[in-house]
Amino acid sequence: MVKVHERKFVSADPDKCVGCQVCEYVCSVTKNKAFNPLKSSIRVVRINQLINLSVTCRLCENPPCVRACPRDALTQSEETGVIMVDKDKCNGCGWCIEACDYGAIMLHPEKKIVFVCDLCKEKGEPQCVKWCPEEALDFVTSDVLAQKARITAVKKLFQEAIKETQKTP
Amino acid sequence: MLFGYAGRVLYVDLTTGKTYVEPLNEDYAKKYIGGIGLGIRMWLDNSKPGVDPFSPENPLIIANGPISGTMWPTGGNGHAFVSKSPQSYGVGESKAHGSFGTELKRAGYDAVVLKGKSERPAYLWIDDDSVQILDASHLMGKSPSETEDAIREELGDYYIRVAAIGVAGEKLARMACIINDKTRACGRTGLGAVMGSKNLKAVAVRGTNDVTVAKLDEFMEYIKEFHERMKGPATQKYRTLGTVENVLVHNSLSCMPTRNYNNSRFEGAEKVSGEALNDKFVAKIIGCSSCAMRCEHMCVVAEGPYKNTMTRMEYETLWALGPYCGVDRLDAIIKGMELSNYYGIDAISAGVTIGFAMDCYERGILTQEELDGIDAKFGNSEAMVQLVEKIGKREGVGDLLADGAKYAADKIGKDSYKLAATIKGVETTGYDLRCLKTAALGFAVSFRGADHNRHGAYAFDVKGKVNRLVAEKGRGKLVKDMEDTYNLIDSFIVCKFSRGTYYKELPDMAKLYTLVTGFEMTPEQLKQAGERIQNAARLFNIREGLTRKDDTLPWKVMHDPIPDEGPSKGAFVSQAELDLLLDDYYEARGWTKEGIPPVEKLKELGMEDLISIVENKE
Repeated sequence: MVKVHERKFVSADPDKCVGCQVCEYVCSVTKNKAFNPLKSSIRVVRINQLINLSVTCRLCENPPCVRACPRDALTQSEETGVIMVDKDKCNGCGWCIEACDYGAIMLHPEKKIVFVCDLCKEKGEPQCVKWCPEEALDFVTSDVLAQKARITAVKKLFQEAIKETQKTP
Repeated sequence: MLFGYAGRVLYVDLTTGKTYVEPLNEDYAKKYIGGIGLGIRMWLDNSKPGVDPFSPENPLIIANGPISGTMWPTGGNGHAFVSKSPQSYGVGESKAHGSFGTELKRAGYDAVVLKGKSERPAYLWIDDDSVQILDASHLMGKSPSETEDAIREELGDYYIRVAAIGVAGEKLARMACIINDKTRACGRTGLGAVMGSKNLKAVAVRGTNDVTVAKLDEFMEYIKEFHERMKGPATQKYRTLGTVENVLVHNSLSCMPTRNYNNSRFEGAEKVSGEALNDKFVAKIIGCSSCAMRCEHMCVVAEGPYKNTMTRMEYETLWALGPYCGVDRLDAIIKGMELSNYYGIDAISAGVTIGFAMDCYERGILTQEELDGIDAKFGNSEAMVQLVEKIGKREGVGDLLADGAKYAADKIGKDSYKLAATIKGVETTGYDLRCLKTAALGFAVSFRGADHNRHGAYAFDVKGKVNRLVAEKGRGKLVKDMEDTYNLIDSFIVCKFSRGTYYKELPDMAKLYTLVTGFEMTPEQLKQAGERIQNAARLFNIREGLTRKDDTLPWKVMHDPIPDEGPSKGAFVSQAELDLLLDDYYEARGWTKEGIPPVEKLKELGMEDLISIVENKE
């Protein structure tokens, strides 16, 4: 069995994300064959011109959305961690939307049931990650995110030393 | 079912409060594409000849293009405003990108025609099929950005898109603009004042419908290809230094109008260069909806008197508020830009008008007292910032200057018209036309007044493809072809910064149009559409009384040779040269010597419905 911390999810790098919404469009096209950000399970937040970030499901451990559903419509895949929505059980009440700290669960404007990022399982990889023009989106595990953060921090600490090592052939 | 196009046009009468929807005229769509083309054509249908720009009878049209709402890079996000300009009394048009146009498309509209005048301050709330005119009394006096926040808050949706005017638009300043997404402006030709004359503070949109294209799989493949192209050399300038790169380029060619055209190069150029801006002030480069390039250089001032100023900077506005006023302080220029956005004025027009005022001051035409005590010497950065604020609020001397250099000169008299760098009442932009003679022609014939964005003809001069100091036959054709392409760019609407990625230009654009709409479009047909749009714009101007005499250049460009040592010394454009260029251009266009499209030309372009405008004029 895959351990929880090896689950990969889509994460945006705030230093790289420019708020262009390509992820929203490509998500809606992949799932709906139409351009409509309301049908995207990844959404851009622009606080101001300098602060942009795409947000989508982070495949929480012990996910509050699943616990919040009074109709047991939501379950989490043990294998991938993806939140699965039982279309017959969901009535669009929105308890899961409220429970999610990240606003990663959306109510479909026409179907009136919720949907959430499924990592584009039918395509083999999340399409938003593939299309992001800024390479701001990563398909990663929490562990790798932590690794990257550590590497960045250490690089900053040792900027001068790194320059030195790059000089040597 | 239509693809790309929403297929509907919204009509709003602000006087009666009535709104209705009509189907999009498909013939217009194919002939005029969208954006400015569609807007100009529809304006002619919805107005009477000679209408005053501030009359309720002057329609203000918002038009997006067939590409809007898709994820086409740079194309998904544009919209245009079209009306009769209170600066030129001819074509008023301006585009902006961001997220407003795409939302309007999803709301189900290709265009919105705003007529009449609201009795009280109002804003329009387009929520898909539901259209309401709401009270805006509480929004008056707010900046476009504050208005956007307030509307989102009161309508309870943080993804609503808003295009709004600031105080300057409310007070009918002829250089007022319309701003969406906080920093994106439909800046030129004073359409913010037209909006203000309708007592319309803002247009808010929420669209929830799908946007679909005719050939989705091929379209996505094509997008992928353009994403790659946009990472290449064609867009490098915009992604790195940005348009501000021009400062040092223009300065080295001695073609950067400085101190209200008293010079063509600026000794302080290094201090206000793109390199300096990026080094000290650019905090992040962001992108519009659906864009794969990203060009918007967000600047932050971290210290000094203008601490905590944040705004986007581009070459034209930097030039206007900087070198054109002799100002060499970037922090002050950034402040001037932020204030322009805050009050909702076109920062190009603001800078050029302030340069004009400074020139008047130094020549004793305006006194310090008349300038509210401001010591408006060239290079006084504080004075520049103060004057932007006065113009924005339309206070004191700002009341005189808020209508732009031409209208200020009309009031001042004393031959001050010779100092106003305007064409058709619209302030000129950052290219010294005395030594860029292809550009000079492009500027003179531009249907929206002084502007580089109607033709891009400066490229031939700056890149050395022609002898920029010489006026000669052949330039007419160069300008014509560029105009036709630029008309298409502004009608699709795609971003001009991406023009280099259309390697084959017309064939690439024709393919895009066909994939999106499903209407077969050949490069030849597209070329003709570009020409048709130019002719429609010309007919607009002819109907409103503009003639060959209006295809002219600022006084200084024609009478004041460049004094600076260097490659451009002594250059200016004589009347004889201008006449030669105009004759050549009209001939290339197939127009008469007076610049009127003959009936035959209009028939050739399938514009029989507009022949009445030129009858008895040939």
